[in-house]
Amino acid sequence: MRFSDQFEQRFTEMLTHYPTKRSVLVPTLLYAQDEVGFLSEEVIAEIASRLDLTELDVRNVISYYSMLTTKPRGKFNVQVCRNISCLLRGADELIEHCEKKLGIGHKGTTPDGLFSFEHVECIGACSWAPAVQVNYDFHENLTTETMDRVLDEYRKKVQ
Amino acid sequence: MADAPKLVNITVDGKPVAAPAGTLLIEACKTVGIEVPSFCYYPNLSLQGACRMCLVRVEKMPKLQTACTTGITEGMVVVTDSDEIRQARKSMVEMLLGNHPLDCPVCDAGGECELQDMTFSYGAAESKFIELKQHRDEQQWSPVVYFDRPRCILCYRCVRVCGEGMDVWALGVDNRGAVSTIVPNKQDHLECEECGMCIDICPVGALTSGAYRYKTRPWEMKHVGTTCTHCADGCKTTLGVRRSDTGMEIVRGDNRDKSGINGDFLCIKGRYAFDFANNEDRLTQPLIRKGGRLVPATWEEAFEFVGRRFKEVLDREGGRAIGVIGSTRTTNEENYLLQKFARVALGTNNIDHHRTADFPAFAAALHGKSGATASMRDVYNASAILLIGNDPTEEHPLLAWQIRNNVRLHNARLYVVNSRPIKLRRQAASFTQVTSETDFTEFLGGDESLASFATREGWNAVRDKLRAEQGLVIIFGSEIFGEDIQALARFAASVPGAKLLCLGDYANSRGAADMGLYPDLLPGYFPVSGAGKFHQEWKITPAAPGMNIGQMFEATKTGQLKALYVIGANPVGRLNVNPSTLKNTFVVVQDMFLTETAALADVVLPAANAYEKAGTFTNTCGDIQILKKAGEVTTAKPDFEMIVRIADAIGFDVRKLVPFGHGVHADMGQSRGAQSGEADQHAVWLEANGLEPKMSPFDPVATLDEIQRLVPGYDVSRTELLAGNDQHTSIAAMGPGTVQNPELIVPAKNNLFSSGTLGRYSRTLNSVIENKDPEPADAVPTD
Repeated sequence: MRFSDQFEQRFTEMLTHYPTKRSVLVPTLLYAQDEVGFLSEEVIAEIASRLDLTELDVRNVISYYSMLTTKPRGKFNVQVCRNISCLLRGADELIEHCEKKLGIGHKGTTPDGLFSFEHVECIGACSWAPAVQVNYDFHENLTTETMDRVLDEYRKKVQ
Repeated sequence: MADAPKLVNITVDGKPVAAPAGTLLIEACKTVGIEVPSFCYYPNLSLQGACRMCLVRVEKMPKLQTACTTGITEGMVVVTDSDEIRQARKSMVEMLLGNHPLDCPVCDAGGECELQDMTFSYGAAESKFIELKQHRDEQQWSPVVYFDRPRCILCYRCVRVCGEGMDVWALGVDNRGAVSTIVPNKQDHLECEECGMCIDICPVGALTSGAYRYKTRPWEMKHVGTTCTHCADGCKTTLGVRRSDTGMEIVRGDNRDKSGINGDFLCIKGRYAFDFANNEDRLTQPLIRKGGRLVPATWEEAFEFVGRRFKEVLDREGGRAIGVIGSTRTTNEENYLLQKFARVALGTNNIDHHRTADFPAFAAALHGKSGATASMRDVYNASAILLIGNDPTEEHPLLAWQIRNNVRLHNARLYVVNSRPIKLRRQAASFTQVTSETDFTEFLGGDESLASFATREGWNAVRDKLRAEQGLVIIFGSEIFGEDIQALARFAASVPGAKLLCLGDYANSRGAADMGLYPDLLPGYFPVSGAGKFHQEWKITPAAPGMNIGQMFEATKTGQLKALYVIGANPVGRLNVNPSTLKNTFVVVQDMFLTETAALADVVLPAANAYEKAGTFTNTCGDIQILKKAGEVTTAKPDFEMIVRIADAIGFDVRKLVPFGHGVHADMGQSRGAQSGEADQHAVWLEANGLEPKMSPFDPVATLDEIQRLVPGYDVSRTELLAGNDQHTSIAAMGPGTVQNPELIVPAKNNLFSSGTLGRYSRTLNSVIENKDPEPADAVPTD
């Protein structure tokens, strides 16, 4: 299968960073997921063969990391932290609010394919709890109102 | 020789321990009899450090340490048992039992479960956990592999033995933490070699086998260590047997005690394919052809009939009108007896068998060169291995295991020369793909100045490397025969310490050859013309070579051969003999099943298989091992007994055939008068232990005596042999051998899932084949 030139460039470069080939597996999977949207059977087979791993090996690693997925996600993946700091500062309300607003539960995707939603473990933003990560962007000190605005911003982006 | 590694001194529980540098703490403790418990640690597999059972206190280290991942260092002071350690282990067991179903009363592993043992030794009787257990339904991953997820304790032994040991890598671990689970490579099923190593190594009952699951409990079986009857590698297998309607049924095969040349290794055939013995198509009574149909008869009737017909032919035309075809799966004693029966009782050299390797040429090449053959153990310890031809992964699973693990654990260098890209090339330091293995062999053994091959440059480099090796083992398949074996032996002679290994295909192919199932060779590869001590012992031996297998069937066609006696072989199925050529021949077949050959016979005698009798097998390396009677089907007889009965029925003095009673002076209780009941007890004890006194004409040990006396190279330690240890025979000490007609060598071409006639009647093998390939498997020649 074909990836973008940028992916290929990064992949070739990364191979030189580690003593063993399989070490580039996790970053490669992340770049591939960013490009394809999820880790399809085709992607798994391709990466396995490039790194001399079995597909089983690749799948095992994917299953270990919650940030990697083998199922298509929405364009924006809303990840609400529910670890201790965020929890104390209203993560539960945020989760409930998001679920109602988006009409989906944990690991669900909206029918229009715009949003996916999941609650996650600590994202390292405790000082600004409660925090939410959408794709690679952080949104901090959120309330249900500011959360609505964040979601609207994203919705606007595609219009 | 490298210097012995430096010894490191440590103290364990107050005891001084000295072990080589690099030894793991858990192993060092073992040397002084201190057991450190563990689940995930398994010798010769990579370290996991997952189960935390082996925690010990090491002085000056802040926390408890895992003994399985800690190497010993000078002056280390270790405590393996204290309140702190006991508490730690108790907590580990409690965690493991947190979601363990505790269905021990129905679990296959119950009674031999490591978790049970650990719970008894280190666990607590109660648990703090009150959560509901998470149940998951059992999954079937293949016809032989089942997975019960809640029982799994995630020690990863299965994952490692499958990957590192077998080089299959079919098992992995999905997810993490409490929801981790062992998964097969094809999402919901396995695509693998079905060796069952994962099941065998599982410390609990998480992986269970389709062949054994829910059939019995470990303590209800009797366990008999014997030798596998499938390929020519000669794995020791421990068969679990249980009483059944028809005698003793084999319900399990494994080698968990790691005895024998194979340690705990067994392939699918050794582990599961004993089920041919219970196949419903198995013959249960003698059959005699009457009015064109095979109809049941009594044993007496059958022996009398065979004896009378053989006698008629003998009286009218002599032994040259009778042909004998032996088996590659009968014991050495049976093979020896059969050729003696042919030569002495029938007076003919018309004897042959299904040849799968050129052992006579091997004997010729190594005649007088002692120490030039490799044993199965040598393959695991050799510093370098040259493999020419064959595909051991498919045809010699133990050999492949030895090679693979020698490379992995001892850094042996493997040189593979093959016309196909066989799987073992993955372990090879050098893989040379050739169009013909013979060309390469001729190059190796040939005159350097004459050799002119297109690929010579690469070949030269390989040859130079091989010449520099110390302790090279050269293994070759049936691609190499005749003069080429001589060439290879010449090359081996130029490499100091090199040893050779010739690969035959069936369990006792080597034994059949060594025991003289040849029209031109006596036992030990002595030519029939110079019978020497055999002649002294047997008095009558025909001096002219007899007919080989091909000539015999030609002779049945022309009517020259009037009778054919076939033991455990299926030449019709294999050589495509036109049934009409046997029309006027009196054919007697001894077999377990109505094979193509048996279906044409005039008399069919139901035979016991190798798991149902005592004797010895010689594996393809020349390692002789004992067979012990495990299973029993009361309606079948061992071939040994049948041969003797037929000799008797001909009117031949069986004492001349089997030297029973010779030199045996045993008081079996006859002289004890009132205490004579002891004789019965003694006989019962002997039989129960498979030790029949040599007072019976059906006792193969009398024949083993004769073999050890008359066949040079077979004079191995009887004590070791009877103790179940492999003994390497010496082909160098045997006769001069001869170069055979290569057309008579027909490789069995068995793969991992086929095994000649036995495979055809093994439900397990067939179910695996069907599961793998919806198309019918390629026709496999049968023996």
